[in-house]
Amino acid sequence: MADLQDLYQSIILDHNRKPKNYGALEGATCSAEGRNPLCGDAVRVELVVGEGGIEDVRFTGSGCAVSRASASIMTQAVKGRTRAEVEQMFIRFHELVTGKLKPEPAEARAMGEMAAFSGVSKFPIRVKCASMPWHTLRKALEDAAST
Amino acid sequence: MRTSRRADFPLLARDPGLHYLDSAATSHKPRAVLDAIRDFYERDNANPHRGAYDLSARATERYHGARERIARFLGVSDVDCLLFTRGTTEALNLVATAWGHAYIGAGDEIVVTALEHHANFVPWQQLALARAARLVVSPLTDDQRVDVGALRQLVGPRTRVVAFGHVSNAIGTVNPVRDIAAIARSVGALVVCDGAQGAPHLRVDFDALDVDFYAFSGHKMCGPMGIGGLVGRRAILEAMPPYQFGGDMIDFVRDDHSTWNVLPHKFEAGTPNVADAVGLAAACEYLDGIGLDEVLAHERALTSLASERLQLIDGVRVFGPPARERSGVVSFSVDDIHPHDLATVLDQRGVCIRAGHHCAQPLMRRLGVPATARASFYVYSDESDVDALVRAVEEAKLLFAAPSLTI
Ligand SMILES: Cc1ncc(COP(=O)(O)O)c(C=O)c1O
Repeated sequence: MADLQDLYQSIILDHNRKPKNYGALEGATCSAEGRNPLCGDAVRVELVVGEGGIEDVRFTGSGCAVSRASASIMTQAVKGRTRAEVEQMFIRFHELVTGKLKPEPAEARAMGEMAAFSGVSKFPIRVKCASMPWHTLRKALEDAAST
Repeated sequence: MRTSRRADFPLLARDPGLHYLDSAATSHKPRAVLDAIRDFYERDNANPHRGAYDLSARATERYHGARERIARFLGVSDVDCLLFTRGTTEALNLVATAWGHAYIGAGDEIVVTALEHHANFVPWQQLALARAARLVVSPLTDDQRVDVGALRQLVGPRTRVVAFGHVSNAIGTVNPVRDIAAIARSVGALVVCDGAQGAPHLRVDFDALDVDFYAFSGHKMCGPMGIGGLVGRRAILEAMPPYQFGGDMIDFVRDDHSTWNVLPHKFEAGTPNVADAVGLAAACEYLDGIGLDEVLAHERALTSLASERLQLIDGVRVFGPPARERSGVVSFSVDDIHPHDLATVLDQRGVCIRAGHHCAQPLMRRLGVPATARASFYVYSDESDVDALVRAVEEAKLLFAAPSLTI
């Protein structure tokens, strides 16, 4: 199962089994919900956003392994980051899962666990699963910015 | 060994490694159907009902002949009460809109079941909202059958419509149409049956079925996409207003009002889809050639086999009543593997299944799952498809059970 192992790397399977930052966030300042109409999956991202950026973030919802792992890894990656940094991370992640970015080893190391999603690009149907948590996070940040 | 029927289907014949288990979504098309469509365009293509020349008369003749053939397949003796539509969705919207807006008022009740496809749920929900009527959702038994006893308690003097599926697309449950219809009749309600999953697998015998409307889709029964129909009782169709307005459906058009053409034209505004009607007639011919009893027996055997073998796998749950009470559907879940992930793994093995809510979100909420995996069989399926399905599910379990790193 060569390709499948690229998609379901052990990092992804582990985050699916034991997601980080899963559960409601007390004192959230903003939140958003994302849905995948194809399978009915839903994710809810809750944030505490302060002057400097994302102070805390958690997620809830039901989803496939790809979307759960993506949400879990995303919450770890964006905590403590500014909005601008998060936007840059999203762009790179999106390029990665759509196959536009083929990171060099050094670059992949810099991306950390997010690099585990490189196999998604061979499964176009699943790009949405990987990117949905990020779209939801951005929606929450937009709503926070506009209020 | 692959069934010899597979050779009748060019797409399947071309790809021997493909295990297509999504026939409840759409079926493949036998060569006879593809040939019939091509033949129509190559020999008889013209706009029917309109031209004063022989070619147009031939097109009209082909269209009428298709209607007769499909009516015979469905057991409809009053052929002009079979209206062509794009499919089940359009047929049900026709009833909910044209009949519904004429007859449903504030405080009326519309009963549907919790098994319904969105196509037989949302049109009624929207009608109820528009008319200040009430949508009542009839509950299910623990094994996802319509709870007939509960339905009997639910209907009452305000019930105007009882709408239900012949066969559930998400679970495969075959509903007791006559029992449900009798309950609806007892309060004088309109009986609407969604036959999208009925017509491909069961002898419909509309004249004896005791429903007022029966909707179906050609593409699920070996026919082309974009054609299907609505069968209705003549008195009801003649009394209700048209659905769409335009060419063919009118009798006279004055400046300030119009009168309507007779059945079936009153409900078929615009240039009809003759070629696909011809294709669907060829599909009926194909299925009758096999025999509907054989179709059902064949897919029940595979459904039983797949259900039994899947249930032997640790962590697999098969939904619904026993296989002998279902059509060709096996809806299941595997512990700790999301259906969407399962479908991806299976796809890598050439096994096409559906993963999702199957356009039945009210049902999924009641099952308490966001989605299920669904394998569905048809005339061209065989035991090798079951083997591939079971093997791939076992492989998925291995993949997802891979030892974990500590994070
Ligand atoms: C039970 C049921 N009803 C309605 C539909 C809608 O049919 P169509 O999409 O052909 O209009 C389907 C098919 O998806 C179905 O399975």
